[in-house]
Amino acid sequence: MAVLVDSETRVLVQGITGREGSFHAKAMLEYGTKVVAGVTPGKGGSEVHGVPVYDSVKEALAEHPEINTSIVFVPAPFAPDAVYEAVDAGIRLVVVITEGIPVHDTMRFVNYARQKGATIIGPNCPGAITPGQAKVGIMPGHIFKEGGVAVVSRSGTLTYEISYMLTRQGIGQSTVIGIGGDPIVGLSFTEALKLFQEDPQTEALVLIGEIGGDMEERAAEMIKKGEFTKPVIAYIAGRTAPPEKRMGHAGAIIMMGTGTYEGKVKALREAGVEVAETPFEVPELVRKALRR
Amino acid sequence: MKLYEFEAKEILRMYGVETPPSVLVMPGDDVAAKIREAGLEPPLVVKSQVLVAGRGKAGGIKLVESVEDAVRVAGELWRKPIKGILPGALLVEKAVPHDAELYTSIIIDRSERRPVILASRFGGMDIEEIAREKPESIVRHYVDPFLGLRGYEARMVGKAIGLSGRLLNSYASFLQVLYRVFTALEAELVESNPLAIVGDKVVPLDARIIVDDNSLFRHRELVERRRVEQRGEYTEWEVKARQQGLPFVELEGDIGIIGNGAGLTMATMDLVYHFGGRPANFLDIGGGARAELVKKAVSFLLEFPKAEKIFINVFGGITRGDEVARGIVAAVRESGSSKPLVVRLSGTREEEGRRILEEAGIYAYTDPVEAVKKVVSL
Repeated sequence: MAVLVDSETRVLVQGITGREGSFHAKAMLEYGTKVVAGVTPGKGGSEVHGVPVYDSVKEALAEHPEINTSIVFVPAPFAPDAVYEAVDAGIRLVVVITEGIPVHDTMRFVNYARQKGATIIGPNCPGAITPGQAKVGIMPGHIFKEGGVAVVSRSGTLTYEISYMLTRQGIGQSTVIGIGGDPIVGLSFTEALKLFQEDPQTEALVLIGEIGGDMEERAAEMIKKGEFTKPVIAYIAGRTAPPEKRMGHAGAIIMMGTGTYEGKVKALREAGVEVAETPFEVPELVRKALRR
Repeated sequence: MKLYEFEAKEILRMYGVETPPSVLVMPGDDVAAKIREAGLEPPLVVKSQVLVAGRGKAGGIKLVESVEDAVRVAGELWRKPIKGILPGALLVEKAVPHDAELYTSIIIDRSERRPVILASRFGGMDIEEIAREKPESIVRHYVDPFLGLRGYEARMVGKAIGLSGRLLNSYASFLQVLYRVFTALEAELVESNPLAIVGDKVVPLDARIIVDDNSLFRHRELVERRRVEQRGEYTEWEVKARQQGLPFVELEGDIGIIGNGAGLTMATMDLVYHFGGRPANFLDIGGGARAELVKKAVSFLLEFPKAEKIFINVFGGITRGDEVARGIVAAVRESGSSKPLVVRLSGTREEEGRRILEEAGIYAYTDPVEAVKKVVSL
């Protein structure tokens, strides 16, 4: 079992002829992901790493009806259009890697996808990987290992950091999802938790949050209510970030006193979640939780 | 991008909203002459144009009864920092006698993933306390991002904050314009506080707009039209970094920090604190940085005087270790700086990156904790 991506995943790469699209199409293929087609308008008929390229999603699907997942590497001004195209073609899972998409655009395509029953991961995210089955994303594949710990994270690089530490200590992962660091993302912590609650392979979950927003507090509320019953270990980045300052491209900003480090940690601890002080304590806390 | 009050009001006027008559005063202007040319009769309000919230409480807004007083107060406001920031301009505005002050804003609710209107019949300077103490007095109304704000919804919000009659219609029209501005400018926030009740009309006494930086490629006119330098929102080095396209936040310590991704960069700051060091900055090279960008970032910190030593923490996914290494080596070679540099490199193409660094005499750690301890101890 797995969540969202598994051995049945058949991937379409939107923006496959671009620098990132082509590099990561190859990396996904090397990992063993079934990348079956790519799309770049105007480049139809060509090939990238042996993967056929089409001018539109519809054309790709006509030749490869098995496609069930798309990954978007299209630059920010055109990425929303790529998402609508994938959703309209009936693809159920769309992973949006692109960073810098205007938030009003994201708000609209995320709402549109939900109405059509499609799931968006991202934008501004590393994607999702089920070790040993498929990776639909840009994470280095070798740092993951099959196992029973789910990882769900707002930060790409911290996802790698923490997953790699788990792997080196012999703790494998069920599915790892980087949900993205923008103010609005398609898949939230609570939605990811719902999926992992149903997944028999997942024995415990690592939640990697950041300052800003209230997604961590909502996850805490859900855990408190008993809607997620597996052990949760959390780390929240940004303890030392000053308020009212946007930290990088991401949505990490404390506004009018909401979304603070302290508030998030308090909510999580009250829900019985173990919160690590640094990312490097996470593996030990996971080990303890699994022993229980 | 935060807009000044006068810029936000210019935009509201373009959308047909009536705002109090006013004149903008720039450094060196003759205030009395400006007021006379604009035909403004006292009483007047002199307002410091700074890009921070809570100006009123910090003494940046003064009511005056004569032109002489306006001149004197303007002289004071030029020298008066608001939350540490001096004004880039002053706005002299006709004081509008009013019966009550409302609060209205539109922001994006991250969890609901929809725009939300926040409205209250208690506006003015104490809105943050009101939000804390009487949260029930703040009406929240979510808007469908595809349908936009319907007229009946705008009236519902007005009704919910206790308005009726012609005033209700005036408020509803204003709210719909505010929503149009919110979507047309792709704003993160539009706000009017206080929004005054004057007879049976609403008049925005203040206006605030924050435009999403990611959407600025579609709103170049906002940047190009700007007459007042973005003073104070950013420190001198933050402005320099922005000119080079580097996401950089200045902090108080002495360890310069570069990370890839906001999460890892923040975690690196947290870790430096944890082991007894103090970060001088936050600098995120983001995802997929090539050597040129890494070089720019490292060169920047080599010049940044607060950073007495530099810690680079990269875990590559879309970012490639060899590109990062090439950028670091180029920056160090060209600057000739002898600032201590500690590098931690893991992830995509780390072996190649490590080789490039070691050939240039830079040791690369794989364990971030060891690396942090090293940089703190230097």
